[in-house]
Amino acid sequence: MSLRDWPIKQKLTAMLVLISGLVLLLTSAAFAGYQYWSLRSATRDALAVRGRIIAANSTASLAFANVADAREILSALRTDRHTVAAVLYDKGGHVFAGYPTGVAGDVVPAVPGPDGYRFERGLLIGFQPVEEAGSQRLGTLYLASDLAAIYDTFRLSGVIGLAVMAVALLAAYLLSMVLQGTISQPILALAETAKAVSTRQDYSVRAAKLGADELGALTDAFNQMLGRIEDQKNELQRYAAELEQRVEERTHELQERNESLRRNAAELLAANTELDAFAYSVSHDLRAPLRSIDGFSQILLEDYAGKLDEAGQESLHRVRAASQRMGTLIDDLLKLARVTRAEIRTEDVDLSGIAHDIVADLQRTTPERQVEFAIASGLRARGDARLLRVALDNLLRNSWKYTAKQPQPRVQFASVEANGGRAFMVRDNGAGFDMKYADKLFGVFQRLHSAADFEGTGIGLATVRRIINRHGGRIWAEGAVDQGATFYFTL
Amino acid sequence: MNPGKILLVEDNPDDVALTLRALKSHNITNDVVVAEDGAKALDILFGADGKGPAEQELPAVVLLDLKLPKVNGMEVLQRIRADESTRLLPVVILTSSDEERDVIEGYSLGANSYVRKPVDFVEFTQAAKQLGLYWLLMNRAPPVPRRS
Repeated sequence: MSLRDWPIKQKLTAMLVLISGLVLLLTSAAFAGYQYWSLRSATRDALAVRGRIIAANSTASLAFANVADAREILSALRTDRHTVAAVLYDKGGHVFAGYPTGVAGDVVPAVPGPDGYRFERGLLIGFQPVEEAGSQRLGTLYLASDLAAIYDTFRLSGVIGLAVMAVALLAAYLLSMVLQGTISQPILALAETAKAVSTRQDYSVRAAKLGADELGALTDAFNQMLGRIEDQKNELQRYAAELEQRVEERTHELQERNESLRRNAAELLAANTELDAFAYSVSHDLRAPLRSIDGFSQILLEDYAGKLDEAGQESLHRVRAASQRMGTLIDDLLKLARVTRAEIRTEDVDLSGIAHDIVADLQRTTPERQVEFAIASGLRARGDARLLRVALDNLLRNSWKYTAKQPQPRVQFASVEANGGRAFMVRDNGAGFDMKYADKLFGVFQRLHSAADFEGTGIGLATVRRIINRHGGRIWAEGAVDQGATFYFTL
Repeated sequence: MNPGKILLVEDNPDDVALTLRALKSHNITNDVVVAEDGAKALDILFGADGKGPAEQELPAVVLLDLKLPKVNGMEVLQRIRADESTRLLPVVILTSSDEERDVIEGYSLGANSYVRKPVDFVEFTQAAKQLGLYWLLMNRAPPVPRRS
């Protein structure tokens, strides 16, 4: 595991121990260096002091060449086990006396060296001049001391130093173990909280704040962030729940609406089918009895004319007229039903052309009528050609019919501006109507003229209105009694 | 000229009476065979066993009502057109209704003509007269297929 991946606790401990170890090491090194040098100089100074004392004591024995005395003096050095050798040289530089007795060899130079104390070849040596105060030089004292004293002290210091260092490191380790907690614990608590959040998606947990330092601020910020996330999450959940509920409600509503639409469609289909069957049945079955009534009345009139007086014949004529009228009524009602049922097929329709056809048909079937027609050219509309033909047929036949008592009948078919838009207009100068009853014009079986004045079933204009309505258009009328009528329609 | 018979397929006795009278009043005196429903019409044309006409000759024209008991007019027309022996037989639909779907279906099934019976008996008589004149006198009947 690389250092990078160490747990933060170990990192902090290692860091603290490493730093304290380094500090201890540097301090120890400096101290050891200082001690070494101070020990050396102290030892040298001590040897110099001893040298001067021995030299001062030795002046008499040198001056009087008393070797025994000199040896006696030198032997005092016995007490110092570190003194390896001591030699007195006479004025000529010859060995006068030595310690220990018979000392020689490499430790004792044959002739005295320059004065002074120095370290040489693992020994501290010194050449001390022996002289009487203020007089000539009597000889030289040579002292050689081993460095064991220094090394002993140094070793002791080293052992003490190492022990202190070990204790200090241990203390540092223990202390760091305790102290790293102040840093690592908040971080660990944060890490633990973050883990809980990420693994359990639980935004309600909070990291424990352990101090008011930067980590405390970080913990606060983290907790605030969690709080905001939790709030937003709750809000989102609320929205989601609301949305779900709304969707459910809408779905339910839609289902209900669909259901009701389906029911309506089914009902409509059933109604249409029923109307179909009804119309079919009316078409076939209602007319047959009428034919019998009319037919046998006619047979009576033909075969029994001699046995019937005028009133009887008149009655039969009325029976026939009534049955024929009823036939027409049935036909008109069926047309109205057909208009209601018919499927609208939208196309471009030439209304002018259709109007011309209708007028031509009217003039052909009733040549005795002289009606002046003014049909504007180029009138076109989008719609169902068949139904629009039925509508125009009704309107033009109406005009044709109601201008019958007019000496100079005129009928006009044109396009005009009306109610802020384009409207088609069928205008005549016929019998007209009272505007009081304008709203009754388009009702089924509603008639504003008696059958005696003008024949009719009261279904024609209802049929026209239904056709116009089925095209999404509007129809209205204007008129005055004996002043003619004008029908407007939009498509 | 040897005009053939008329097969009138009509369930309403009033209509039968009126039609016969209308035909007679214009001196169309040909034999009129009346079938009161579709099944009887088929019996007359194909025999009760369905193997051949009960009568030796086919009618010159069939006047066919649509709303009939048992077998309706459209089915009768279908059978007539499906059979080799009656495939070319002139059939005039003579009925109360001029519902568009009846007109379309009638012609689709091969009717030669479609006439709506007017309520007005005078008009009806006119129509019967013209039908008789046209189909019995003017029209060249198809050859009668020989039966094997």
